[in-house]
Order: sequence, then C-alpha cells, then structure tokens
Amino acid sequence: MSRYLIKRIGQAIVVLWAAFTVSFVLLQALPGDAILIKFLNPELGLGPEQIADIRASYAADVSVPVQYFHTVANFLTGNFGYSIQAGVPVGDVLVANLPPTIWLAALGFMLAVVVAVGISALSVLTPFIWVRSLFRSLPSLFISTPVFWLGILLIQIFSFQLKLIPVINPGPWQALVLPVLTLAVPISAPLAQVLMRNIDHVLTEPFVAVARAKGASRRWVLWRHVAKNAVLPTLTIAGILFGELLAGAVVTEAVFGLNGIGGLTQRAVTNQDIAVLQAIVVFSAAAFVIINLVVDLLYPVFDPRLRSKGEVVA
Amino acid sequence: MSATIHRDRLMDDISDVPVLAVNNLAVSYRNGNDVQRVVYDVSLRVKPGEVVAIVGESGSGKTTTAQAIIGLLAENGKLDAGVIRLNGTDIAAWSQRQLDTVRGCKISLIPQDPTGSLNPVKTIGEQVAEILQIHRYGSREAIDTRVIELLTRVGLSQPELRASQYPHELSGGMRQRVLIAIAVALRPALIIADEPTSALDVTVQRRILDLIDELRNEYGTAVLLVTHDLGVASDRANHVVVMKAGRIQEQGPTQQILTSPKSEYTRQLLADAPSLRKAKYHSRSRSRPEVDGDDVIVVDNLLQDFPLGGRRRESFRAVDGISFRVRRGSTHAIVGESGSGKTTTARSIVGFQKPTAGRILVDGTDITTLRGETLRQFRRRIQLVYQNPFGSLDPLQTVFHIIEEPLLNFDPLPREERARRVQHILDRVGLPQAVLTRKPHALSGGQRQRVAIARALILNPQVLVLDEAVSALDVTVQAQILGLLDELQRALGLTYLFISHDLAVVRQISDTVSVLHNGRQVDGGTVEEVFSRPVSSYTRELIDAIPGQLSPVHV
Repeated sequence: MSRYLIKRIGQAIVVLWAAFTVSFVLLQALPGDAILIKFLNPELGLGPEQIADIRASYAADVSVPVQYFHTVANFLTGNFGYSIQAGVPVGDVLVANLPPTIWLAALGFMLAVVVAVGISALSVLTPFIWVRSLFRSLPSLFISTPVFWLGILLIQIFSFQLKLIPVINPGPWQALVLPVLTLAVPISAPLAQVLMRNIDHVLTEPFVAVARAKGASRRWVLWRHVAKNAVLPTLTIAGILFGELLAGAVVTEAVFGLNGIGGLTQRAVTNQDIAVLQAIVVFSAAAFVIINLVVDLLYPVFDPRLRSKGEVVA
Repeated sequence: MSATIHRDRLMDDISDVPVLAVNNLAVSYRNGNDVQRVVYDVSLRVKPGEVVAIVGESGSGKTTTAQAIIGLLAENGKLDAGVIRLNGTDIAAWSQRQLDTVRGCKISLIPQDPTGSLNPVKTIGEQVAEILQIHRYGSREAIDTRVIELLTRVGLSQPELRASQYPHELSGGMRQRVLIAIAVALRPALIIADEPTSALDVTVQRRILDLIDELRNEYGTAVLLVTHDLGVASDRANHVVVMKAGRIQEQGPTQQILTSPKSEYTRQLLADAPSLRKAKYHSRSRSRPEVDGDDVIVVDNLLQDFPLGGRRRESFRAVDGISFRVRRGSTHAIVGESGSGKTTTARSIVGFQKPTAGRILVDGTDITTLRGETLRQFRRRIQLVYQNPFGSLDPLQTVFHIIEEPLLNFDPLPREERARRVQHILDRVGLPQAVLTRKPHALSGGQRQRVAIARALILNPQVLVLDEAVSALDVTVQAQILGLLDELQRALGLTYLFISHDLAVVRQISDTVSVLHNGRQVDGGTVEEVFSRPVSSYTRELIDAIPGQLSPVHV
C-alpha cells in the first residue's frame, strides 16, 4: 500500500512539473508582455530606460532558461512572484480570490451529484415508461447547454422577470444560488449518464436476479445492491469532471461578475499577467491531481475486491 | 364407513397436489415491434420432494421457462398464456409485489454462475442474512445464528470467518454452497436450480449435486433442475422433460426416457451425450497400424514458474515437471480441473512463453531455443484452436478474411491461390461457401468453431492444439465437431493435443492422456490404462465424478 502511495505521489509530482513547464513555455511564447501593457501607456510618460529599469526590478531582463529556473526555485519555496497588474504578491491575490471559487465549486459539485442521482433514480424507479425516457433524455439536453447562455437565461428569469434574487448587492448566499445552479447543470449531465449506464448494467448482473429470487422488491434491490456497485465506476468520472468544474467556474464567474479564481484568470489573461496565470495553472493542476489521487485511494474503501490481493482461499 | 373412505380419498388428493403445475405456458420476448415466441405450450408438474429435470440445448427455452415460473423474466419478456400453480394457487397473473411474498420462502433459486451471483461488495453473511430479513425471520441475533447454522449445514469450514468474507475471497464451489444456503434458508417447497454446476469443475459439480440431494431429502423440497447435461439429469432426476426450440419434445420418468426415448430428438441427444457413452472414435486407434512410431511432441520435465511480484521475488509454480510423448497422427489429451496447469502447458508447447526449465521437442525442433523469426516460422507447424468461438474471431472481419489471414503472414501467394485454398479448407470443415462473406455474429457457435478450425488448418500444420475447443458447445454440436476432428485427423494425418476438463469427451477421442493436478502429472498412459486402472486417487475421483454413471442404463 505504501509503495503504491509513493508511486502515485511521484506520478503526481511529474504531472505538476509537466503542467508548470508547458504553461511556462506557452506563456513565454505569447507576443507582448504585462510590463509593456501596463507601463507603455503614454499617459504614464515613461521613457525606454525607465521601462528597462522596471524590467530589471521584475527580473524580466534575464534569459528565458534562467527565468525558468528562478521561477521553479521560487515556486518550490512557496514564492509565486508578483502580480504586475495588482503590484502585490501572487500568493496574496490567490488567497483573496480562492474562497468564493471554492464555495462555488463545492456547492456546484454537490448540487450536480444530487441532480444526477435524482435523475438516475427516477429514470429507473418511475413506473411509467414515458416518464422514464423523459428522465433519460435530460442529460443529453443538459450537456449541450452552453454555460454562459444558461447563466444569462437564469438571471433573466429569476432576477428580472420573477425578481426573486436582486441583481445589485445580493446577500452572500443569494449571490451564490444562480451561479451554483449554472455550474451544476452541465456537470450533472455526464455524471447522470454514467450512473444510468452503470445502473442498467448492474441490473443485468446475476446477483440482482438472485436478490429478486430472495423476495426482495425492486426498490430494495436498487438501494441495497445496485446503488453501491453503480456508483463505484462513477467516482473516476467525478474526479475527471473536476477539470470541467474549473473551466465552468471561469465562465460562470464572468457571467455573474463574481470575484474568484475564474474572474482572476480572465483579468490575468487580458493583461497577460504571466506570474498570476502561471500560479493559477499550477494551482489548478495540483487541485486536479490531488482530487484524482483521493478518488483512487477511496476505491479500496468502497470496493473490498481492491483491498487485499492474492488472499483467495481455495 | 363411506365417510371415512371419502375422507381418505380427500387426504390422498391433498398429498397429491403437485408443488408446481405448469399448464400450456407460452412466453415471448419483445424487441421494439418485433415479438418472438420462445416457449410454446409447456406443461409439466413437480410433486413434493421430487426432482424434475428440464433438459435442452441453448435456445431450447428451458431457462426462459424456469424464469417465467419464478416470475423473473427479463423486462422484455411476457407471459402470453398458461397457468402456473404453486401448491395449487395460480401465480401466473400475480404482480411482482405479490410474487415477492412467495419468492425466497416458497420458491427459491440456485443460479448458474456462482461468480456473478453474489454481490461483490457485500459480505457472505450479509447476503445470507438478507433473505431472512426480507421475510422477517426474527431478531438480529436469531438471524445471525441462523446464518452460521446454514453456512455450517452446506459444508463450509470456519463458517464465522466465511460470513465476514467477501465473495472474491471464496472459491467457485464455496460460492455455490453459499448460494445453496440462501436457497434453502427458509425451507421452500420448490427450488429452481438453473444449471447449478455448469460453471464448476467435475469433482466440485458432484459434491454440489450431492449436497442438493441431501438437503432435498432432509427438507422434503422439490427441485426443478434446468440442465444441458443429460448425464446430470439421468443421475439426479426422477422425471425428465426434454425441450427443443421452445417446445417439449417428450417427458416421462427418467428411466423410460433413457431406455426407450420416443422422440427422434431425444435419441439424438442420448447418442451425442459424451458422458452416457463410452469410447466412440477411440476404438479406431487400435485398428490403425502403430507403425509410424515417431513422436511429434516430446515434453520432457517441463517447469513453468510465474513471478508473483512483491519484494521477495516469490514465484508460483504453475507446471511442475511434466513429461509426455505424442505419436504422430494420434490424439493426446491433457486433463485437469481449473488451475491444474493444463492451459499453461499448452501455451508453452505453442511457444507463447519460455519454460522455466525442461525441453519441448516439436517434430524434432527444441522450441525452447527458438526466438524471433524462427519461432514465428515454427508456428506454421503448430496451430491453436481456442475454447471460446465467440471471442477468438474478429467480429469485424468476414469469414474469408479470418481464414485467409494466416496465409498473409507467411510466404506470399497470389490472390487467386489464397482464395482457392480458403474455399478448399472451407469444404473440408463442412461449411457452405456462402458463409465466406458473412461476419462471425451471423454464425452459430458450431459454425464459428468450424471457422476457427479452418483458420488453424489453412497453413497445413502438423499439430493442432485444441484448448477446450468443444467445451462451450451444445452436446449435439459438440458431437459434430468431434466427428469433424476425427475425420480431419484420418484424412490429413494430424496430431492433436487436446486440452480439456471433460473426461467423458477425452475418453471418446483420445489415444493417450496426461492427468494434471496442481501442476503435477498424476497419471499418464493410454486412455484405456488410465480409465480402467488409474494410478492416483485423484484420477479415480475424477472418473467417478463423470455424471451419468448413477443412472441405471448406459446407452
């Protein structure tokens, strides 16, 4: 087990390093840079020498490979550099913008799970075939809904038409309702699809017939036999969907004007604030890697077959 | 006076009420708008404590009939007509909710596949307790006690430990014992046993069938035994129902069916069942001159280890010192149960893996020294036919391409020559030319296995390794394929290495045999020697476990 853990952590470190390096190269390849965007503004009236001085103060004048090693060394010591646009350490910017995004992502994900489980359960349990097929077609609809369109539609309906949620200065919880809903819909779709497929598959397993032959009702079988077996493969999808969640958060925060990592990313891209982008990429990759590692480590907890190997009693 | 007579007759009537009486049952499956009838007009009855066997090949409707009786048809299945009386009450029209009250306590199921039939994420104890919980057996403690009682009764050692284990920690035979414990937990009047031992090794099969018999006697439970194996039916049933294509061909007391079958189909089944018949093709080996004298395959002290991983470089010895010789033009069988090392031996001989130690000579070449291109060229001389005719053919290739492919891997031949050879070999294996353009899914199991044999033969090999090549086939098809193999051997002078768990089949077609047990060769020699004077007690046990021997008649 510990060997497995060390191996997985080693892989995670390689993934992080690769994400860091690729994003570093890509960001360097972009034409223009943040210093030019901010200080070449004619209103500031700075001369070329002064801009060169500023460059030197950001250590942006050294060669790219040297910059790369500097940045790696700094990241390793927890120093993410300075945001050129905001003029403060990137670490501070991240800390300030992190909590809203974490709330949004966590609540969005939880709602997505609830919606997915609800749709899947209803698609199996409802007695009428036409209702079942209605629920079965919902995920396809959800997955093809663009996030920005859904966000605008929800604001239009709930804020302007029904006036349920104020557009200006909503309370902290009120402000989260629509973004969470917007984020949850496209995430719930693949979850529900995978879950329904798994339920269909597990329902054809011989042990389901055996449980029915014991006199168990359809509902009993579904909750006590099918549920756990169907959820297991869904865990992997849930881990992968985390990436989707981050991407969805960027658009959602932009549509609803929230201050979070999404909004931060958008501003950093516009201003080519490379230090901030670099930190966001590494941070997202780390979150992604950790969540998938946790998912993998959770499997043996749920599935006894993965717990002990080679202990089959003949 | 007359009153007592009347009462006596009434008593008789009551005890005569069959546990199960099925009348004119008809079942169909619906796929979209397509309705297909699979069971027609089936009537049968099972008296208390009796074993009734439904015998038939795949697609005969025997399993559908059983599923209909216990109300567990697939979702697209529909009961079109018929009466199903359980202890005199018609349950054919009952809702699932009503059926839930009798399933498990009045009528229960022993399923076919012990591996898939237990929930992998629940403990054995939970799964046995479940049937008691559903039918409100009693308090937690009472249920726990009863679970241990049941596990002990079905012959599991350390029942407390077993109760806390998960299905994957038990062997196939142990899992089937657990499923039997579940089926008898509430002493039902009727148990439906759907191919209860088909997935098990022959010695395990015998023990499980003995256990079912024992519990039946103890509890007075009737059993409806669904099986493809006439040998099993003849050993265990009082009454046999023969089904084909959804209809009952004939039914009657077992002895009568076996000794004087009325329908043509039953006669065919009896003739094809390997377990009910002694050597058929085998006798020809004596008539054939034993001149050749040269050994095509010589296996000398073969050892095969597999690393188990882990830090200490532990390894598992799958094959431990096996030696045998196979005469040119003869059939040598390697027999054993799962885990005996028979398939590993075959893989070493075909050159798929390097033996840890030992020598393998095929036609004078030591194949353990071959590698790369010479090993590839060697494969031309020895070909393999696999067990599963569904998985061993590429579903996207046409039959022509499947058979032609080996030719493309060796000396280049013009297209016309390849086509000619494919057509020729297709004739040889008894398939019509029309199948050449078809894909495997459009063929029956027997046809697929013929295609697999044709593919193996197209390179004109000297040796054919048949790895459980007829095990997945129905008896009638199996008999046809065995006949084909025999004919090909005579015509082409082929040497067969026949890997099988089925001693009845082995006895029929082999000249010599090696019996493997846990990687060691425990018996070897001519089929006659081994079957009549086995050296090891294991071989004796294997031979005794062949079904069809308890029955009064041998056809």
